[in-house]
Amino acid sequence: MGDSQYSFSLTTFSPSGKLVQIEHALTAVGSGQTSLGIKASNGVVIATEKKLPSILVDEASVQKIQHLTPNIGTVYSGMGPDFRVLVRKSRKQAEQYLRLYKEPIPVTQLVRETATVMQEFTQSGGVRPFGVSLLVAGYDDKGPQLYQVDPSGSYFSWKASAMGKNVSNAKTFLEKRYTEDMELDDAIHTAILTLKEGFEGEISSKNIEIGKIGADKIFRVLTPAEIDDYLAEVE
Amino acid sequence: MQIFEYNGSAVVAMVGKNCFAIASDRRLGVQLQTIATDFQRISKIHDHLFIGLSGLATDVQTLYQRLVFRHKLYQLREERDMKPETFASLVSAILYEKRFGPYLCQPVIAGLGDDNKPFICTMDSIGAKELAKDFVVSGTASESLYGACEAMFKPDMEAEELFETISQALLSSVDRDCLSGWGGHVYVVTPNEIKEKILKGRMD
Repeated sequence: MGDSQYSFSLTTFSPSGKLVQIEHALTAVGSGQTSLGIKASNGVVIATEKKLPSILVDEASVQKIQHLTPNIGTVYSGMGPDFRVLVRKSRKQAEQYLRLYKEPIPVTQLVRETATVMQEFTQSGGVRPFGVSLLVAGYDDKGPQLYQVDPSGSYFSWKASAMGKNVSNAKTFLEKRYTEDMELDDAIHTAILTLKEGFEGEISSKNIEIGKIGADKIFRVLTPAEIDDYLAEVE
Repeated sequence: MQIFEYNGSAVVAMVGKNCFAIASDRRLGVQLQTIATDFQRISKIHDHLFIGLSGLATDVQTLYQRLVFRHKLYQLREERDMKPETFASLVSAILYEKRFGPYLCQPVIAGLGDDNKPFICTMDSIGAKELAKDFVVSGTASESLYGACEAMFKPDMEAEELFETISQALLSSVDRDCLSGWGGHVYVVTPNEIKEKILKGRMD
């Protein structure tokens, strides 16, 4: 990344102290499909809209929620291809930790390393920031955890959070509905209701994706049949 | 001249009931000449984790410094102490990094894990781990140590009896090895305290 004419960093400070490229990256996130996460007392749930560009797309092949390790999963709002790159890098870091310490990586450590990667792309020459915000859901010795990681590389732990198009309505809804002692199944119902709030069209198991992790510490993406069951319970 | 026998050493660790003991000799020699009689072979990583290193003294010191460095960073990042099993995996990885120009040391790792369960292991100079439930030995006196430990060890000893057993095993073994000896250094670690004792044996 040395000799070309464009090898300066695109994220140089503006006079007002902002990094304009990061602001634009956040705009890209804000126009992405809504995703959200809720931390329950005994697990975490993450969910996202899965609006496909055409009915001809094979929806079973689209997987927006991904595993990073057997006990950590992630979802995004923003640019899908950028998400794939981050997932790949995070998985590699998790495996390197496991290989070195023979112990699964704690959620905070993986989030920190992923955030470091995202920050590097805001301070290097010839690259642009990632156009995604991630929601990372995991369960380790410290219990259930939910983190949001932004294109700038900052990360926050949340009890419940939303990102993407419908973020302000979704967050208001979550603020009203969230309780500290919520159980995982209640959280899944609340997640579905929150997605329904800003949903254009009919919500079904084909146009949303839900992932959960409970005290068994195994992250799972729900099958369409399971989503249908939860949708029926919510009606 | 064998490089592992250049400085002389003896290290042993034993498991007791919710406690462990780790002991080493104190001689530092240059082949047959004794240079020091207070050489530190066992070091504390944290209150429930000790490592004893036998072999070439320069590598013993350097490897110890590298491991303390890694553990301090781990403590700062993860806000917790390393578990003994995790530390053993780390030592094994660090030794294997130098597969074709190794550290000429054999570590003995002893610690109290979750629920204060004692953990001991040893490995060769390129990181092959060997876990044991009773005792592990290393150094120029290792053959005598195997014999002495096998004869004297009993499972589930309390801290006082463990101290006596490991001290007797160490002193009788180094007496049969001209390159190790000049006293002993014993640590007995229980969940609540660390007892450190210097032994006076045959000073030759």
